Amino acid sequence: MDYGIAGTALASGILFGYVLEQAGFGSPCKLTAQFRLTDWSVFKVMFTAILVAAFGILLLQTKNYFGAQGFFVPTTFLWATVTGAALIGAGFAVGGYCPGTSVVGFVSGRIDGLVFMLGMVIGIFGFAGVFDTSLIHGIMTSARISEKTLPALLGVSPWVVFVGMIVLAGIGFWLARMLEGRSHGVYTAEDIVTGEDPADEAVEGGSPVRGPLGAGAIPTSAH
Amino acid sequence: MSECSPVRPLWPPVVAGVVLGLVLILTFVLVGNGVGASGTFARIAAWFGMQVAPTAIETNGYLGGMVANHANPLANWIVVEVVGVAIGALLAAVGAGRFKIKIDVGAGKISPRTRLVLALLGGVLAGFGSRLAAGCTSGVGLSGTAMLGIGGFIFLVVFFVVGLSMSALMRRVW
Repeated sequence: MDYGIAGTALASGILFGYVLEQAGFGSPCKLTAQFRLTDWSVFKVMFTAILVAAFGILLLQTKNYFGAQGFFVPTTFLWATVTGAALIGAGFAVGGYCPGTSVVGFVSGRIDGLVFMLGMVIGIFGFAGVFDTSLIHGIMTSARISEKTLPALLGVSPWVVFVGMIVLAGIGFWLARMLEGRSHGVYTAEDIVTGEDPADEAVEGGSPVRGPLGAGAIPTSAH
Repeated sequence: MSECSPVRPLWPPVVAGVVLGLVLILTFVLVGNGVGASGTFARIAAWFGMQVAPTAIETNGYLGGMVANHANPLANWIVVEVVGVAIGALLAAVGAGRFKIKIDVGAGKISPRTRLVLALLGGVLAGFGSRLAAGCTSGVGLSGTAMLGIGGFIFLVVFFVVGLSMSALMRRVW
């Protein structure tokens, strides 16, 4: 592995980790609040990032930046993706993290993040142990989806799918505004450090100060 | 914010999302793929296994490929990238006054010991699942969907549906 490759890996990773922490994604409380529908930051950050990145990638593709072959989109095996995503979703609800955010949780001082990482290594040994069984082999190789991208599968322009995603995002942001406004459950930076649950506070104290995006949640200094 | 308030506010989600999207584009332009995370833990498992039971790892159908021809499983793009994630997140947490060593029990509905057991269990589920899906929320959900890959869309729908249902069962915890 040469220094150039290591350099891009390190640079991408540093930026990725920096943004995740600034979004509050080192906190298992904030992360799991998405699934309680009281704090929609995970949805908002992910969907915004996906829309921005998809737009940029589509633009680069129309300018043929990636060349005739484009770039590598992995083939999807339906049941492997479904069962894998289900286990990661369950692991998120139980353990409070997904793989990337457990790293962010750990380096912001959370021992539970380190234990989650240890659990992943154990889970991977478990997977390696059963990898050669016919059950796992069946899941991993059956129901291969013939097309790699959604626009190819639907036979439409990628921009049609992109517009569809914007509509979905709009619905999500509207739902978020409604449900966050009702629960006042958006975690602030203080909440994730002290462990307070803002939804509890709102019920007990009746303080309706927080807005849908978290009042005052504007970065005051650029690092 | 003044010096007397040590904890800096989080970035608004849309701001974090836009910056994250730009980071993702940059990564695609530089290396031709998106960001990821879980692959690193497979490589850590392979490396650790080699220290303890090399024969078992070398002959394993899944981990064997990572150590074939005496390759170092840790000498890989995604491992270095996740080291970067740790550095970047550490810089952000320390710079914003959000670094605090603790077992995060949230509002304290559970004991620290229960929290660690649940974190371990969640990690086991996610580790196993990430190998089935050949990636996690970052690699398949975020990067895959940004490429409009079918796997990304399927991943996100199932991830959210199962997460919502499981979360309802975890009400006493979080």
